[in-house]
Amino acid sequence: MDETDRLLLCLLEENSRLSHEELGVMAELSPDKVKRRVAALEEEKIIRSYTTVIDWDRAANGGVAAIIELKVNPERDHGYDRIAERLSNFREVRSLRLVTGVYDFELTVTGRTMQEVARFVSEYIAPMDRIRETATHIIMKTYKENGQAFFEKEAGERIPYSP
Amino acid sequence: MRDFISARARGIPPSGIRKFFDLAVSMEGVISLGVGEPDFATPWNLCEAGIYSIEQGGTSYTSNRGIQKLREMLAVWLRQHYQISYDPENEMIITTGVSEGLDIAVRAVTDPGDEVIIAEPSYVSYSPCVTLAGGVPVPVQCRERDWFRLNPDDLMEAVTAKTKAVIINFPNNPTGAVMKREHLLPVADIVSDHDLLLISDEVYSELTYTGNHVSPASLDGMWERTITLNGFSKAYAMTGWRIGYLCAPKEICDAALKIHQYVMLCAPVMGQVTALEALRRGEDEKDRMVQEFRVRRNLFVEGLNRIGLSCHMPEGAFYAFPSVEKTGLTDHEFAEQLLRNEKVAVVPGSVLGKGGEGHCRCAYASSRKDLAEALLRMERFISKNCS
Repeated sequence: MDETDRLLLCLLEENSRLSHEELGVMAELSPDKVKRRVAALEEEKIIRSYTTVIDWDRAANGGVAAIIELKVNPERDHGYDRIAERLSNFREVRSLRLVTGVYDFELTVTGRTMQEVARFVSEYIAPMDRIRETATHIIMKTYKENGQAFFEKEAGERIPYSP
Repeated sequence: MRDFISARARGIPPSGIRKFFDLAVSMEGVISLGVGEPDFATPWNLCEAGIYSIEQGGTSYTSNRGIQKLREMLAVWLRQHYQISYDPENEMIITTGVSEGLDIAVRAVTDPGDEVIIAEPSYVSYSPCVTLAGGVPVPVQCRERDWFRLNPDDLMEAVTAKTKAVIINFPNNPTGAVMKREHLLPVADIVSDHDLLLISDEVYSELTYTGNHVSPASLDGMWERTITLNGFSKAYAMTGWRIGYLCAPKEICDAALKIHQYVMLCAPVMGQVTALEALRRGEDEKDRMVQEFRVRRNLFVEGLNRIGLSCHMPEGAFYAFPSVEKTGLTDHEFAEQLLRNEKVAVVPGSVLGKGGEGHCRCAYASSRKDLAEALLRMERFISKNCS
């Protein structure tokens, strides 16, 4: 990892559709060198996937997302890892993190309706061994996701010419 | 009724881009590459500092020189970044943008009839400021074959017994040229040998893409005969806050301070507080913007050369300065027709002084999307109008 790798990562994080040629011009590299560097970053699993940030509210698909806090009893020898792996196997679980503070896991869960999310939590998550407590927070509105703010902003007044 | 306008005011030319300005604001869907400021808003953590200080009642005058803490931080910053030492008590004034710094610097040192050499093409204010101070502006052309750097031979030719000072601006608006140490040394020799003063506008210093910025005052024997002008507008996207600074040896600084206290009193306090925050916690955001400018430069200059507008790679600032010769149009015709036909605003180079003819200034301080669209429109313009 050097400065150039970091630049490539920043550019790709912002727009993963950039071609090797475009990246090359931007980062002052030949397309071949870009290809080799990107392949190495993929190999090292620094680049995990190429994805798209979608404002699902705007897509109006009627889906619901919730943040779930879980208090968990860790296992001897395995700590939180095995239970985390079990949880992450559910398609409904979009993200899963171990955090400091009053609870242990923070999950993002999606479903078609609020009932569906609630049922998923009460039928699958809450009854699992070692889960002590759950708290479900339905997401009402997303303002910013993955560094992208979803605000409609009036462009500021900018004059067309200045010396 | 008498004609009230002074001969001096009459003597300075009107802005060369006024007619384009009026045309552009009457049109819809214009992509402007004509503005000399970052398209970014001021980083939010800096704005928060400004807002907080207003909430705390920080709305009054400051000392004439500017907030003490800001000058102290700035002195440390300048020593660390450019190896130049100025005493914050006696050798520094916070100004209302570099614009004011330039004006009071020129007025502090110019007597009627003094010649002031100006490296052109350049920002449009230098020559009128010299005229308003009663001096005589003497343009020296920086040539494309020298990558738009000031050639010492050309400078030498312009020096006369009446020459008092030389104004330079590197990294340069509009060419993006940078003077490295080896380019500055012969210029410094001429300035010393002829006992001249150097006024160095370094407002784009942090936007230097290859190597580090070299401040002329850091060269041997130059500190005593240099006025260093710089500011927060370009590096920290703070144009509207109007904060610059003037650094010079005490005698010159005292003279400039007298003018400053009569005409400006002090720079706006909100801007000064925000500038202080920029020095304390603005580096990361600044580095991010500089990296983005560099990426855009690479994309845009590659694009210009691809569509047939030959352009050297600018090493600093955020301007590309391509030649429009190939189109068979003058720079004025090119800029006007491009605006009328394809709604892309660029500044004709001849507005920016000697050596600007046949070029136009394109600021790449616009989003990558707008730059790509501007290139498409320019390419279409060229294919329709030039064969």
